[in-house]
Amino acid sequence: MAGAKIVFESVEKRFALRNGEHVALGGISFDVAAGEFFVIVGPSGCGKTTLLRIAAGLEVPTAGRVRIAHGEGNRPENAMVFQGDSIFPWMTVRQNAEYGLRMRNAPQERIDMVVDHYLDRTGLRAFADAYPHQLSGGMKQRVSIARAFACDPEVLLMDEPFSALDEQNRTLLQDELLRIWDETKKTVVFITHSVDEAVTLGDRIMVMGGDGRPKAFVDVPFPRPRSVLDLRATLEYGRLFHDIWAHLRDEIPAARFSLRQPSGDAGVEAS
Amino acid sequence: MSVEASTPAAVAEQRSRARRRPSDATRDRLLSIASPVALFVLWEIAAHMHWIDTRFFPAPSSIAGTFGEMIANGTLLSNTLTTLERLAIGIVVGGVPALLIGLAMGLYRPIYALVDPLIAATYPIPKSAILPLILLVFGLGEASKIAMVAIGMFYPVVINTAAGVRQIDRMYFDVGRNFGARGWSVFRTIAFPGALPVIMTGVKLGAGLALILIAIAEMVGAQSGLGFLIWNAWQILQVNVMYVGLITIAVIGFILTVLLNELERLLIPARTRR
Repeated sequence: MAGAKIVFESVEKRFALRNGEHVALGGISFDVAAGEFFVIVGPSGCGKTTLLRIAAGLEVPTAGRVRIAHGEGNRPENAMVFQGDSIFPWMTVRQNAEYGLRMRNAPQERIDMVVDHYLDRTGLRAFADAYPHQLSGGMKQRVSIARAFACDPEVLLMDEPFSALDEQNRTLLQDELLRIWDETKKTVVFITHSVDEAVTLGDRIMVMGGDGRPKAFVDVPFPRPRSVLDLRATLEYGRLFHDIWAHLRDEIPAARFSLRQPSGDAGVEAS
Repeated sequence: MSVEASTPAAVAEQRSRARRRPSDATRDRLLSIASPVALFVLWEIAAHMHWIDTRFFPAPSSIAGTFGEMIANGTLLSNTLTTLERLAIGIVVGGVPALLIGLAMGLYRPIYALVDPLIAATYPIPKSAILPLILLVFGLGEASKIAMVAIGMFYPVVINTAAGVRQIDRMYFDVGRNFGARGWSVFRTIAFPGALPVIMTGVKLGAGLALILIAIAEMVGAQSGLGFLIWNAWQILQVNVMYVGLITIAVIGFILTVLLNELERLLIPARTRR
């Protein structure tokens, strides 16, 4: 096993409010190993999206930092799969999928090769020239996943990518994601509020509390490659699900409470 | 067309969004031709029956005769070309800076804060009212006509471009940053295409305004162009010539609209309907 790929060093994020401060992240430290599928699960508003955005360099922490180890070659540090509709509606599926490579001025033949591969893997080949408004929600998220994988980043950051999908589509996409991920074994940080999803996908799960601090780290012992459906039929799955829920149960009201407490302003939701 | 028919599967995938069927489009097109034709027929009949005063409202057939003469002796073509040239240059001179300033305003808050008050303060001034000032500054030559067109084009384009960029979901800029888009790439791949539907509305408004302003500008202190043709016809009471000028301007306006609509369809194939 290689060393730590991502190091979170006492990452802290505070938002100034009219009357005081809201602590979104209270000094979080942990490592993610190379090739690990790391899942962060927590109640809404616990700061998990903020944590991911800091790792992506889209937000600056109030204190601490996130270090991502660089491998060989000139690969982008990270690529993010965003929550909701994040593919550009003015580009075709193909143009969306190759966006990261284009921005990095990759040679055309490499773009074509890589993008074709991921369009195939995500079942989007036939839709390559379609525009997003012609696609269903699940298809759009597949484009978003293809876009992130195509630029071959050091780490993949996924921010509740399936939260807007119905359950059947979610299960399908989880399965597909696992298959694509098995081929690449990229380091992933995956955020979700679904315990199901966390147990299904992750090697290790961090349960976040409503106070913006990690509450527990849980190892997921299931072997790979995994099948979402078979996994859910096992006893062990049920036990893990139960354990994590037990951690979370106390946190959900806390998250709600701490959100209202600082100012009574619902606009401060950090996640 | 290109998008819809690209893959059979894509067609199948299309959501139940209501789409215009071709038969509807054909019907709409026929209807939009029928209404002006009906108006001319009615006008012709009214003139022949002397329901209307033919000194002020000569029959379309009589205007058509004058039209023919003016085409034959070249006066219509030369004046039309003069006006079109001023329009084309003015639209570019006003539109391109408007686009760039609008993009910058939409992307960078300090630039917006800096420029917006100037635009907000000068926009309500009737553009026709500044013609004397423009004549003073640019003289009686071509520059003043082009300046008027440019001013007409500038405001709607700059305002719509800035507004168009500002309404783009911030998430798209995050995506751009995350995937390595910097500087000009952000303009090219996110700000411009994202704002394009709104920008095109501005361009259409601007082109309409430009046409109005060129006519006014040519009526005062010009020796050529359709505006001059109309004004001169009024001064020497050649009512038919006046109508020829008016109709020509109307046709230019119509063609301009059609061209801009086509341009819109070409540029925005996804038709990110808002």
